[in-house]
Amino acid sequence: MKSKLTFWKVVFVILMAAGIYATFVRFTRGLGPTTNLTDQFPWGIWVGFDVLCGVMLAAGGFTLTAAVHIFNLKRLQPIVRPTVLTAFLGYLLVSVALMFDLGRPYRIWHPLIMRNPHSVMFEVAYCVMLYTTVLALEFSPIVLERFHLHRAMKIIHGAVIPLVIIGVLLSTLHQSSLGSLYLIMPEKLHPFWYSPLLPVFFFISAIAVGLAMTIFESSLSSKYFGRELEIGILRELGRVLAVVLCVYAVLRFEDLFHRGVLGKMLQPSYEMTLVWLELALALIVPLALLSVPKIRNSANGLYVAAVMVLLGFITNRLNVSITGLESSAGVHYIPRWTELAITVAITASGLAVFSLAVKYLPIFPVPEARTVPSTREAVIPVPVLDNAGD
Amino acid sequence: MSKALLYDATLCIGCKACEQACADHNKLPYTTAIGAEEKQSDHKYTVVLTKGEHFMRRLCMNCLDPACASVCPVGALRKTSAGPVIYEEGRCMGCRYCMAACPFGVPKYEWGKVLPRVRKCTMCPDRVAAGQPTACAEACPTGATKFGERDELIAEARQRIHDNPEKYLDHIYGLTEVGGTSVLLLSGVAFEQFGYRAELPGDPLPMLTYRVLSRIPDIIPLGGVLLGGVWWITHRRKEVAAAEGPRNNAQNGTSKRRRDEE
Ligand code: SF4
Ligand code: SF4
Repeated sequence: MKSKLTFWKVVFVILMAAGIYATFVRFTRGLGPTTNLTDQFPWGIWVGFDVLCGVMLAAGGFTLTAAVHIFNLKRLQPIVRPTVLTAFLGYLLVSVALMFDLGRPYRIWHPLIMRNPHSVMFEVAYCVMLYTTVLALEFSPIVLERFHLHRAMKIIHGAVIPLVIIGVLLSTLHQSSLGSLYLIMPEKLHPFWYSPLLPVFFFISAIAVGLAMTIFESSLSSKYFGRELEIGILRELGRVLAVVLCVYAVLRFEDLFHRGVLGKMLQPSYEMTLVWLELALALIVPLALLSVPKIRNSANGLYVAAVMVLLGFITNRLNVSITGLESSAGVHYIPRWTELAITVAITASGLAVFSLAVKYLPIFPVPEARTVPSTREAVIPVPVLDNAGD
Repeated sequence: MSKALLYDATLCIGCKACEQACADHNKLPYTTAIGAEEKQSDHKYTVVLTKGEHFMRRLCMNCLDPACASVCPVGALRKTSAGPVIYEEGRCMGCRYCMAACPFGVPKYEWGKVLPRVRKCTMCPDRVAAGQPTACAEACPTGATKFGERDELIAEARQRIHDNPEKYLDHIYGLTEVGGTSVLLLSGVAFEQFGYRAELPGDPLPMLTYRVLSRIPDIIPLGGVLLGGVWWITHRRKEVAAAEGPRNNAQNGTSKRRRDEE
């Protein structure tokens, strides 16, 4: 155990060293020498992965708080804290990544006073800023609890419903708007991905990813921190995930059909490979897995399905933001190592902060977890569904 | 009324006087090597392309409803009523959305600089404001690049096509493309050969996002009421459950006791 820990520490130090070197190059020599971005391809992995995937992977925050506080699914309560923490960290990391990507990061505050309400990016900037604040407030009781500041905690608790509602609205807006960013490029984005429904797709997939992230995190935390969700909760999440994926799948295929591009999906091309990879990972395989009761009801099966969904929608975001734009730009974009090093370092520091937070703050409610079933019976009228598929 | 440029490729002799004049006006270096570069860049805002005996200019189209200006979160790019689409570098934060959005791939970035700017032809706003033609139009020895009122230039372009139908394609590029542009092009050979996209929509591109963005003011109150309503309903269910049964309460009591014992 001890040697394993030091091994990961060494890996972490190496990654951080590479990241720091790349950061140095970025801020002393500019974007040109650090990235493979060009006039033909102005947005790369920092936008495609760090921003688009980062925001998407943080979607668990609004999905779960809505489920627990608005839809009153109180049995999901035990995972609210780790999920809100992930979301909060996720948005902080997105902001850090933006500081690298913006040509003039010290002007990141400009949208506050220089407004262009016709710009999707302006709207995203505002929503992300406000939502990060909401997440900070939602997360604050955990810190307040740790330091026994009960008065302040009470105030936040009183405001929790309005906070959650505002958070869900802001998330709805910016999750979908990240798709709207690409609406202005009908002649650039490949027809497999360009659709007037891009904002809808981004929103629905954010919900799917939010659910998948919750399942994924539960499994990871059981592995590394010995704390996991009850299988009953996981199964319920798995079912909701399957329904959301079905809705997305139907809408996506209807859209491809109505825009007349289904035929093109059978003619071999670079994009064909990518679109099928995406659809297989995000929809086909997870839905197949979740349709088998034995898989759907086992923690491992759910974990595998969730990981597929995450990879699938990461592929989707990269297709929209990078690979789907390559043929119209007439270039192939492959990130430079310094670009990757920064992305990896940002992600690694996020993981490190997460594990520190778990260590020092009351994130996972260990002892309570076992008593949840008893309160659940009294409050929630629907746990009948629980084992229906067995 | 708004000013425009009409470039007639059939009159162009490829002398690149416009390139030189553009560089001079924008205080950019212009050497033989730069003159030979066949693409727009952070140091070359306009370029005369050569294909066999045909020429074609590329420059910012100074669209009537520009995608670049509509996407810029801080309003650094702006369409002026006089015609030029101008850039205020003091506002720009370098998100490069303008580059991603421009249908003509016009805005370029100073990738090599630590504090980079977006670079593009801005249709000499200072000269236009002073009632002068753009530097390129003034320098053009053959009148291939002509400066004037957009309406009058369109009429003239129509006339030229009408008088010499065998010389021209029956297409004024920029008349309707993406809602119209302040740079109009005439040519005898296909515009696509020179990188101008053939199938651009006739509606301004910003409409595509505006259609979605304009719904936001409606979504916020609607969503708020909806979520609040759902909360109210689910919350009431709990109230009812609590008020209804001593049976339930008794159960609660036992389970609570059980928990306490644990
Ligand atoms: S051509 Fe491009 S850069 Fe020029 S005004 Fe139009 S959208 Fe903007
Ligand atoms: S790079 Fe500058 S000019 Fe272009 S959209 Fe961003 S802030 Fe506006």
